[in-house]
Amino acid sequence: MERNAADNPPAPGAARASRRSLTLTFVAALIAVGVGIVLSYAIHWFPVKASLQARNTDTLYHVLVIASIPIFVLVVTVILYCVWQFRMRPGEELKDGPPIHGNTQLEVFWTALPAVLLLGLVGYSFAVLHDNEAKPAREIRIGVTGQQFAWTYQYPPSVTGGAPLNSYQLYIPKGESVKFELHSKDVIHAFWVPAFRVQEDVVPGITTNWRVTATRLGTYPVVCNLLCGLGHSLMRSRVHVVPLAQFQTWVKSQLAAGAGGSAAAGTTG
Amino acid sequence: MAVRLRAPGFYRAGWMMLGAIIFAAGLTWAVRASTGHSTYQHFLDANAILTVSLFAAPLAFLVGIGGFDYWFDWAIGRPTRPEDHSGHGAYSWKDYFRINTDHKVIGVQYTVTSFFFLLVGGLIAMLMRAQLAQPGSQFVDANTFNGLFSVHASLLIFLFIIPVFAGLANFVLPLMIGAPDMAFPRLNALSYWLLPIAGLMMLGSFFAPGGAFADGWTAYAPLSDNAPIGQTFFSVAVQFAGASSIMTALNFLVTIITMRAPGMSFFRLPLLVWANFATSLLVVIATPFIAGSQFMILLDRALGFNFFHAAKGGDVLMYQHVFWFYSHPAVYIMMLPGFGIISEILAVKARKPIFGYRMMAFSLLAIVALGFTVWAHHMFTSGMAAWIRIPMAITTAIIAVPTGIKIFSWLATLWRGVLHLDTPMLFALGFLTTFTLGGISGVMLAMVPFDIHVSATYFIVAHIHYVLFGGSLMTIFAGVYYWFPKMTGRMFDERLGKWHFWSTFIFFNLTFGPMHILGLQGMPRRVATYANQFADLNLFISIASFGLGLSTLVFLYNMVTSWRGGPRAVANPWRGLTLEWQVSSPPPVFNFDRVPTVVGGPYEYGVPGAVHGIFAPPPKPATVGAGSSSSGASGE
Repeated sequence: MERNAADNPPAPGAARASRRSLTLTFVAALIAVGVGIVLSYAIHWFPVKASLQARNTDTLYHVLVIASIPIFVLVVTVILYCVWQFRMRPGEELKDGPPIHGNTQLEVFWTALPAVLLLGLVGYSFAVLHDNEAKPAREIRIGVTGQQFAWTYQYPPSVTGGAPLNSYQLYIPKGESVKFELHSKDVIHAFWVPAFRVQEDVVPGITTNWRVTATRLGTYPVVCNLLCGLGHSLMRSRVHVVPLAQFQTWVKSQLAAGAGGSAAAGTTG
Repeated sequence: MAVRLRAPGFYRAGWMMLGAIIFAAGLTWAVRASTGHSTYQHFLDANAILTVSLFAAPLAFLVGIGGFDYWFDWAIGRPTRPEDHSGHGAYSWKDYFRINTDHKVIGVQYTVTSFFFLLVGGLIAMLMRAQLAQPGSQFVDANTFNGLFSVHASLLIFLFIIPVFAGLANFVLPLMIGAPDMAFPRLNALSYWLLPIAGLMMLGSFFAPGGAFADGWTAYAPLSDNAPIGQTFFSVAVQFAGASSIMTALNFLVTIITMRAPGMSFFRLPLLVWANFATSLLVVIATPFIAGSQFMILLDRALGFNFFHAAKGGDVLMYQHVFWFYSHPAVYIMMLPGFGIISEILAVKARKPIFGYRMMAFSLLAIVALGFTVWAHHMFTSGMAAWIRIPMAITTAIIAVPTGIKIFSWLATLWRGVLHLDTPMLFALGFLTTFTLGGISGVMLAMVPFDIHVSATYFIVAHIHYVLFGGSLMTIFAGVYYWFPKMTGRMFDERLGKWHFWSTFIFFNLTFGPMHILGLQGMPRRVATYANQFADLNLFISIASFGLGLSTLVFLYNMVTSWRGGPRAVANPWRGLTLEWQVSSPPPVFNFDRVPTVVGGPYEYGVPGAVHGIFAPPPKPATVGAGSSSSGASGE
């Protein structure tokens, strides 16, 4: 409609052309949404998925991306359509647009709809959070101690079946719920295993924790994810996910080595 | 020479600062001696002198350049200089280096100073990207690198985004409401001069023993408690920057409430004024909290108060709560004025009234209120009580609603308009797309289980740059281009402006877009080196970031050459209705030769014969209180 707006009475054909451009834009936007969603599955967003929690969180992320794509496409489409159809043509230098001051129905609509959508998403995220942090009937507790710039791990008697074990190595059994109890000896660190999609700060003075059920055998990076000083970027460790039987064997071998006095373990405590 | 030493200016500031440092040394020496402590063995023991000097020397500087002269004279009963307005107007470049009470001069001082720190902060970012181009150490060691990103963030937050908005508003806000100046011109001058102090102090920390403060702009305790002396530079600089913010915010509030022209009711205010009203509320309420958090750090460091020393009964998480109680509202302090700029530009450049004006104003107030209820979403993984995450996640999601209202209203403003696609408009449209992306990633981060994975990763770096660069900086560029003719009396080069926009927009997305993936993949932020698996993306980002850095040079060249020799600007090059366009470019020393009377809304584009303000008394002063100086109840 605006295309020929320089002529005072808009030509009858102009309105049809505008309707055609709207249809065209709508189809283009739908295609963009489709392409976006396909891309969101094609892109390799995450590192390998090695826990129950990772599965839930990755699904949540995909839902968020799919919910976001239409909103982003809507905004960009409206802008591009306006630039295409409503930009100033030669001769319109002194022309103004129509004095539209608002539309209450429209404003109520775009207040209420996002509110419902956001509350829905946040409700879903709480369900995921609840599942990820649920206390199981049986769990293994392992202590984690952060200090500038190393991690040590404590296996209590309930895990070792004997003396407590302190080690630089982190082994956990696959398929068992593990609760990490985090302690700091100096400043704040953060104990993060990207493959598990879980982290929590390691705070001096309090004990923090997180739970995970590993679902995939392998060795994954442990990352300090809170600036803790000079060596922060090198404060790395690894977590080995092994079958339960192998886990128990490893603990026994470590205990035996510790009893022999040649442990690769840190100080007790 | 003796006169120069006594008169307010840099000479007097120089000897007064020297005196302040001698005073600081004497005071700390005397206190140590009287409490039985040893005298200094080594210059590193002299941290106490440095700490006290960091407060005393800047205050002496402010006294020296004359920031307090009028008040001192008044306080001791000496005759004050009659208000001859000699502090108004700038007649040569030297006038910008003196205490000046003209809001237009202060606006330029603020804006230029802030852009200086943008360039420094950007240069630091280039060094960081050079370091991160490949894994391993390229140029600097870990301590220097930690200092670089800490100073980068601190400068760009406290010395660029927050003050540049205050600078632009300083220039245009009194003009927009039809006032001859701000409510408190001397306070205004003082608030400006606190800024260079804060900035130079942050930069100066690079020369401190042990290097610059290196604990991030968040300065989490207890790391910052035990950091080298550079940390003190940060904690003190924040006090000066914060004091500057508070003074300016109070000034804006009083100016907006009491100095509106006759007929300028609140619902006839341009949205930039509404935005600065909302921002000033945030600043006045929130800023004391960061001042408090940094005073606690200072007391911990200097005097062993153990606020954040867990073994001595301190509470480590308390720091984060107090810090974020300011620093979350601060992101709205860094965004709401930009919303105001975008509203001005879209209405004028689309030749249409702002769609849903009242909802635009109310959504700003909603953001102010909600902005104080979301701070702990920065702490979802901090180890705080788990239940706090639930209400904070809900409020964080809900605060997207008023922001969404603004985005949709802007889109509706574009609809069926007559879009003038020049440089300010391009930046405004670019802002709409990049800020929408930043908003979407913000909503994602409200989802606790997802945040638990990406908190403190490069996903956060991407998000913060999409809202602060793609959001705030885009609006700042838009605003600077938009008001450049009014501020300088010259037109900028439109072709260079378009080059600047497209290079910035493209390289911005290439730089910060891939950072989302880095974060999801498991790369932490604030690291001087990283695992080999992230090498390709990081190299790509570094190259793109150098392009982004170069794009700034186009802007700089355009601004400098246009200011010096651009074509003269007419009073109203954009055919705007708001009052600042109704006076000459640049405006007269006292803004309005005749007091304007406001007779309609600020954005009545397309309404035949509509005017916002007139410069003669209205024909029938029966309904509109034309004679009163403030008329909040009239109009509408």
